[in-house]
Amino acid sequence: MFANFDFDVIVRSLPYLFLDGMTFTLMLTGLSLVGSLFIGTLIALMQLSSYRALSLLAVGYVNLMRALPLVLIIFWFYFLLPWIGQWVTGASRPIQVGAFTSALVTFIAFEAAYFAEIMRAGIQSIPKGQIAASQALGMTYWQTMVDVVLPQAFRNMIPLILTQTIILFQDTSLVYVLSIPDFLGAASKVAQRDGRLVEMYTFAAVVYFIISFAASTYARRLQMRIAVVR
Amino acid sequence: MNYHWNWAIFWEPSPEGWGTYADMLLSGLFWTLATSLVAWIMALVLGVVVGVMRTMPYRIPAAIGYVYVELFRNIPLLVQMFLWFFVMPELVPAELGRWLKQMPNAPFFNAALSLGFFTSARVAEQVRAGVEALPRGQRMAGTALGLTLAQVYGYVLLPMVFRIILPPLTSEFLNCIKNSSVALTIGLMELTARARSMQEFSFQVFEAFTAATLLYVVLNLVVTFGMRWLEKSVAVPGYIGSSRA
Repeated sequence: MFANFDFDVIVRSLPYLFLDGMTFTLMLTGLSLVGSLFIGTLIALMQLSSYRALSLLAVGYVNLMRALPLVLIIFWFYFLLPWIGQWVTGASRPIQVGAFTSALVTFIAFEAAYFAEIMRAGIQSIPKGQIAASQALGMTYWQTMVDVVLPQAFRNMIPLILTQTIILFQDTSLVYVLSIPDFLGAASKVAQRDGRLVEMYTFAAVVYFIISFAASTYARRLQMRIAVVR
Repeated sequence: MNYHWNWAIFWEPSPEGWGTYADMLLSGLFWTLATSLVAWIMALVLGVVVGVMRTMPYRIPAAIGYVYVELFRNIPLLVQMFLWFFVMPELVPAELGRWLKQMPNAPFFNAALSLGFFTSARVAEQVRAGVEALPRGQRMAGTALGLTLAQVYGYVLLPMVFRIILPPLTSEFLNCIKNSSVALTIGLMELTARARSMQEFSFQVFEAFTAATLLYVVLNLVVTFGMRWLEKSVAVPGYIGSSRA
């Protein structure tokens, strides 16, 4: 079955696959993680806000994002961003933002909805008494959140955040639809150029598996450890 | 914005030779539904089998279940689709491979197959979590009554598990519908792919994607309300989730 399996094509393309492809994938994952965690936390705070308009807006956003397939959202932003750019800068024609910016904005906007749900659960896991105590000490809303509630919420949710990051890492492979050479895109380019689909796609699967498996095993251990502490 | 809106575009004939752009999107919706339903049935059956294997008091089935779940969970769906669509036909005997590639609706069968396996791993985890959430006494009581292991699962544990895990199963079903859009990469003309090709033919980007968005949202609402009704009608009396005391 693997008799005419050409390992050489994998070895030859390793620099391209990892220096270009995997670097792009990891960069997109990392930047999206930071951006969407930050915006997701803000959305979670909005959801829990006592201002009805704010919470409705946030809940609506989260539900809309979670109702749509990521591929559709990738297309949406790819075509929408140039128009938004034009609108914001007042230029005479749509601004070309490039595939990377478009992918990054998409992932931040999309994953923020999922991180918002995680952070909301995290915030709600903090005993109410702490908020009362902070207010009694004369802390403002932002001091209460930033100094007391969010650090604990974040800590409690680390295993879930890690699990969601693994999903984010796997999801970045979907930028394939914009023909961006992320890890899978790079593998696919080599596969089509050299007519080596079997080798390249199998190799891509093995690499994705090793990284995700290691990370998810670690996430599970972490979850158990944190569960024991509490 | 100097974009030229044209909401009447949906009633214009599509360049494919039959029907309007609206028909084109509806045919996409049909393939989205067909793919996700076939995949979902597959995922339920396999997911229950694997989930049960993982909770059985025997080492070997548990180990097989573990490998299965980790394998299908840790490879991105897009990569799995490529494996089934491009790689599998090359690894089987040449004759069979040719047949697979020339099969009519090959993207549909491949998409349903990969989505089914992918989703089954997630369903299996929920079934396992459901079984583990049940009080140990239920299994013991079943055994004490003289039921075989298969009977304990079939008559005692699984009926409870299904009722408990209905809410997470709903989100998994919604994920399954959304994930079917990944199949556009292997040429399945489902809803997102249809919106994309409508945009390419007509240059009406926003109308095409708005229509697809609305269809997905409606689909989502229908599934959510349907499942909520189902949840209510099978709720276990005495559990927090049920309104009956």
